[in-house]
This record gives sequence, structure tokens and C-alpha cells, in this order.
Amino acid sequence: MEGAEAIAEAMVAAGCRFFAGYPMTPFTEVLEGMARLLPAVGGVCINAESELEAVGMAWGAAAGGVRAATGSVGQGLSLMQESLSEACNAQVPLVVLNMARGQGDYFQATRGGGHGDYRHIVLAPADITEAIRTVQLAFHLADEWRNPVTVLGDYYLAHVQEAVDPGPIDFGELPPKDWALDGASSGSGAAKVVSPLRGDGPAGSYGDHLARMGERVKAMERSVEPLVESGHTDGAELVVVAYGTPGRYVRYVVSRMRAAGVPVGFVRPINLWPFPYEAVARAAEGAAPWPCTSSTPGRCSTTCGSRCAACPCRSSVASATTAPGSASPPTSASRR
Amino acid sequence: MSPVVSRGTVVIDVEACKGCDLCVDACRPGVLVMTEHERNARGYRYPQLLPGCTACRACAQICPDFVFQVWKYDEPVVSG
Amino acid sequence: MTQIVPTDRPPDRPAQLLDDFTPSLMATGTHQLCPGCGEPVAVRALTEAIEALELTRRTMCVIGIGCYTAFSSAVDIEMLQALHGRAPSLATGLKRVRPEGIVFTLQGDGDMVNEGLQEVIHAAARGERVTCVLLNNGVFGETGGHMTATTVIGQRTKNTLEGRDPAAHGYPILLSDIIAGIQGSAFVGRGSVNSAGEVARLGRMFRRAFELQAAGAGFTFVEVLTMCPTGWFVEVQEGPDYLKDHLSPVHTIGVLKDVGHAVGA
Repeated sequence: MEGAEAIAEAMVAAGCRFFAGYPMTPFTEVLEGMARLLPAVGGVCINAESELEAVGMAWGAAAGGVRAATGSVGQGLSLMQESLSEACNAQVPLVVLNMARGQGDYFQATRGGGHGDYRHIVLAPADITEAIRTVQLAFHLADEWRNPVTVLGDYYLAHVQEAVDPGPIDFGELPPKDWALDGASSGSGAAKVVSPLRGDGPAGSYGDHLARMGERVKAMERSVEPLVESGHTDGAELVVVAYGTPGRYVRYVVSRMRAAGVPVGFVRPINLWPFPYEAVARAAEGAAPWPCTSSTPGRCSTTCGSRCAACPCRSSVASATTAPGSASPPTSASRR
Repeated sequence: MSPVVSRGTVVIDVEACKGCDLCVDACRPGVLVMTEHERNARGYRYPQLLPGCTACRACAQICPDFVFQVWKYDEPVVSG
Repeated sequence: MTQIVPTDRPPDRPAQLLDDFTPSLMATGTHQLCPGCGEPVAVRALTEAIEALELTRRTMCVIGIGCYTAFSSAVDIEMLQALHGRAPSLATGLKRVRPEGIVFTLQGDGDMVNEGLQEVIHAAARGERVTCVLLNNGVFGETGGHMTATTVIGQRTKNTLEGRDPAAHGYPILLSDIIAGIQGSAFVGRGSVNSAGEVARLGRMFRRAFELQAAGAGFTFVEVLTMCPTGWFVEVQEGPDYLKDHLSPVHTIGVLKDVGHAVGA
């Protein structure tokens, strides 16, 4: 099936019962898929009149305790930024799909395009089979952390066809959503509140709430399981770092080059936030630094280069201008 | 003075009052008056009750600060 | 000399209690709104309507951003805090997944008619079974008294110091009238809180709106003109007359639409 359809099937398999979106290529087919699938399982899909309303509806549905998602392309996510920021402080679990267009949305996804120094957990699948798994994992992580999770896809992922099985995957037990709203606590003297201005408990200071939310970001950085794929790294003199669908090409090219005797390997982060620094550094150990490639060359490298002094990628950040898929090594290559 | 019939009365939470006067205008028999010189702890004038309350509840309905408790007598009281 | 009746304790003689200070759903906190503010009066009428219809245990409020946001911690109803203008979309999502619940939004004119005009119109058009409540005082109260889309001609605000002038600032939007013209709306009422009679009338509008929501009749809408002496730069005691003289003639009071849906016995 086509990627967009598989993603929709995976969302439904994960128990998503609310979806809202605004048509925009290449996200539209996901919306179409959800419109077709959700009513049959008692879910709701709304073709929202704007991206702002789409994310608002998903926020409201999630506050009601239901697995909810929205999505768009980078430009549509730009419109949603205020809500995507505040949903973090409101501790609302939400899955957000970005079926990115050519311009690349790495910074938007991992640094946050909105206000408030928030973070979404970001997952970047490379192919449809992986997308089926990461979409379902996204719902699990969103519920586990009560934080939005962004799944970063693209046009290629949406429109390629592969034979896949979008069955449900169990990621383990989660606590019940006793914070969610249904009206039952109204009039009890302690009616529940879901708000970005305060936590679930009694109204305290906004500053305290922000401090707690900051701690939660750090906790996610420490505890979200790093997901990485690497290959041909033993004895590699060069390691290519790539995420998303270009990772498939890199994987393929590297294996062909290895077969031809070129000592090259690859490492593909699947989590983009929290970024799997140690896993990437381990895979690249002993190899020459190589500018990260993605659909927008050099973006991912600012993550490594700005952060990890021990990482072998760091020294070549400045020359990160190589086009994706290119196999020639940088002339300024140096060993660690 | 002619006798005045009171069908009800109010209890006024003087300290909750913010002196807005809405109750005085709302009172249908016109038996609420704001103090002239007395102030509550926050510095606001507050309402006082004259005989003639009809327990119509208008004061309670209009008050933004929920200052009034309204009672209806089982038997009307004649005074004056 | 007319004698002052003691009002510091309940009566000694037999009597029935009709109103007990703070209405029960508003007893979980105190608001710090200005003297003479009409918003608590409106919220009281709303919560009393919910209780009268025995809907409390399934009611949820999606609250916007303005002075009235204070009620998120002073009203004993489940609260979903929305961003400025965004309450109708959140209410839509919440109601769609909790269709047996009663969902209402609580928004000011700056929130609903400025920032969020698109959201409320689309919710009405879709016939979302929620009740959107507009607290309309013709100003951005919380930020200090600036013009909104509902400010009336001649009204002085911080950005219309000589009074709103159509040539420079355009005309007010009469939102209830627009919503009444949208097919998906089932009930549209505009009330006010500048007199006890109007408060009673408003209470009837709230009851009708929630009754129709419970019956699944479609989108319901209640607009409330509220006093804001602070935002109008008038004395507190002048608030009710200012509303009557300047806002009511433009934003006319009354039930603008009622689909007459038959509700339970």
C-alpha cells in the first residue's frame, strides 16, 4: 500500500480515534485515509477549515482522553506553532505528522518553531515499514510523557508503495488517563483542569509550572530510548549520517561501496529529538568525520557539531555543503 | 410613618462588597442604600437594608461579588 | 428616621433561604475582577442554568483568554484552557469525543470576535453541538481598554481616543446576528447583565441553549453584554447606564434564533 495509507492504518491500529487536518500536499492522502478509516471504528475525522483549527480540535480531543493526531507539511505546522508550543505545557498527548516538502523542517521539528523553549519528541522513519512502527510508537510516547510527538516524514514516504502489514504493535502498559476531561468531576469541589498555565493540581505559580515542564524536557532527554540504525561501521574510514528517507539511499550506496572495497559506513538516527548522541558517536568511532546529509544538507550536523565535543563528526561541520547521496569524501577529512 | 411590610430580608457579607452600587439600582422596592461614611476593611462603601424587602432576589442576581444571602419570611413582618 | 434592618446574621423568625451568597459552582475560588464588572454576574447566570437542568456532572468548559480566565480556578466545572481565539476548535474536538457531555466555551469579544472569528463561525456552520458564550464588553479589558471588533461607534478606547470613527476604525461586528444567519446554529440569544430583569432573561437564554445542546439540536450561542467600567473609563456606578445607552442600541438584546426543537417533557 501507499505510504500515506499505511500511516493512516497504523494510526488506527494504535488506537487513534480522532484526526483533524487541512488538505496540503503531500499530507492530504493521510487525511483522506483517516476520513475513510475512522468512522468505521467509531472514531472521528474532521476536515478542518484551517490548520489552526485542526490542531485545536486534536488538542480538545486529546484532552478528552482519546488518542488524537493532526498533521500537515512544514508550512502548515508553521501555522500551528502557538498551539504546538502550548500543548506541551498543557501536557496534552498529541501525535503530529509532518509530511515535509522539499525545504526540510529539521529545525522546526527539533528546535521548535514556537515560543516557550519546548520540545517535541521527534521520530524520522526511513521507509514505510518503519513508519508503521514509529507512528504507533509515537502514540505510546505521547501518552507516556503527556507531550506531543512529531513524526517527520516526507513526500517520498507518503507516495511510495510497498507491501506492508500495518498491524497493531504493543509497546507496553501505560497509566490510565485520569487527568482527562469528561465532566464527571464538575460540581465535586475539585473539578479537573487541563491548562498550559498550570499543572493538574491546585493553581500554583506559573513559574513553578514552567520549571516543572523544563524538568520534564530534561527527563525526556535522559530517558527516551535512543533509536539508531547503523551499518558497515567496522573499520570504516568515513561514516555517513543521514535521517529519514535519504537514509535508505545512504544505506544502499554504502553497501554497494563496501562491496567495491570502499571503507565507508553509515549511521541513521531515527530519534531526532532527543538526539541519540552516544549511539551516533559510538557508530562513528574511529572513522573520519563526514558532514551529515539529509534532504537539506548540513542541518542535522548542527546538532552534532554544536553539542558533542567527542563526536568525530564535529570538525567537519563547517564544510557541510555536500549534496545528498554524493559519495566523494570531503577534502578536509582528518582523523580523530 | 405608615407601616411597612417586609416579606423577606438579606444577610450582607460586608467584607466581600466592592461598593459598585448595582444592588441599589436593582432593588425593586428600593430598600437598599449604600453607607455614606462607613467603609469595609478594603475601603469600600457597602449596602444597608431598610424595611420593605420583598425577597425578590434581584440584589443577589445582580451582585458581582455574591454579597447577599436572601431569606423569605414564612410570615410577612410589619414594621413602622 | 428610617431604621436600618440588621443584616449581619440570618433572621430569628421562621424563613426560607432563597439565595446563599456564592452560587455553589462558583464557591471553589474568588475572582479579583473589578468593582461593577458584569462578567461574574453572567457566569453566575450560566452556572445556575447548568444546575437547574441537572447537567453539572457532565459539563466541561473551554475557556479563552481575558479577564474571565480567572474563572478557570474559581468555577467548579471541568476546565480546558484554550489559547486566545481558539476555544471553539478545542470545544469541537472535546465534544466529538465526549458527545454525551455538555461543552461550552467562555470567551470575551477580543478573544472570539477578533482573534477567533473564523473558529466560531466555522463551528456554527458545522452545527457543532456545543454552546459558545460571548462575554461582550466592547473592549479588550485585560490589556487595558483597547478597541475590539465589537466596540461601538463613538466609544472611547485607548486606540480610539476621540471615539470610534467609521472612517478611521470601521464598524462593529454584530456577531450574534451573523451566527443567527448561519444554518448550523440552533439557538442564538443576546442578553445583558445591567439590570436584574436582564439577568433573569439571560438565565432563560442559557437554559434554552443548554437544553438544545443536550437534545443535539445543533450549535447554540449566547452573547452577554457585560459592564466594564474600567475599560469604558467611566465611574463604576455609571456602568449599567453606559451599557444601556451605548451598547444595547447597537448589539440588540433578544433571542435572535430558536429552531423550536422539541425537547423532553
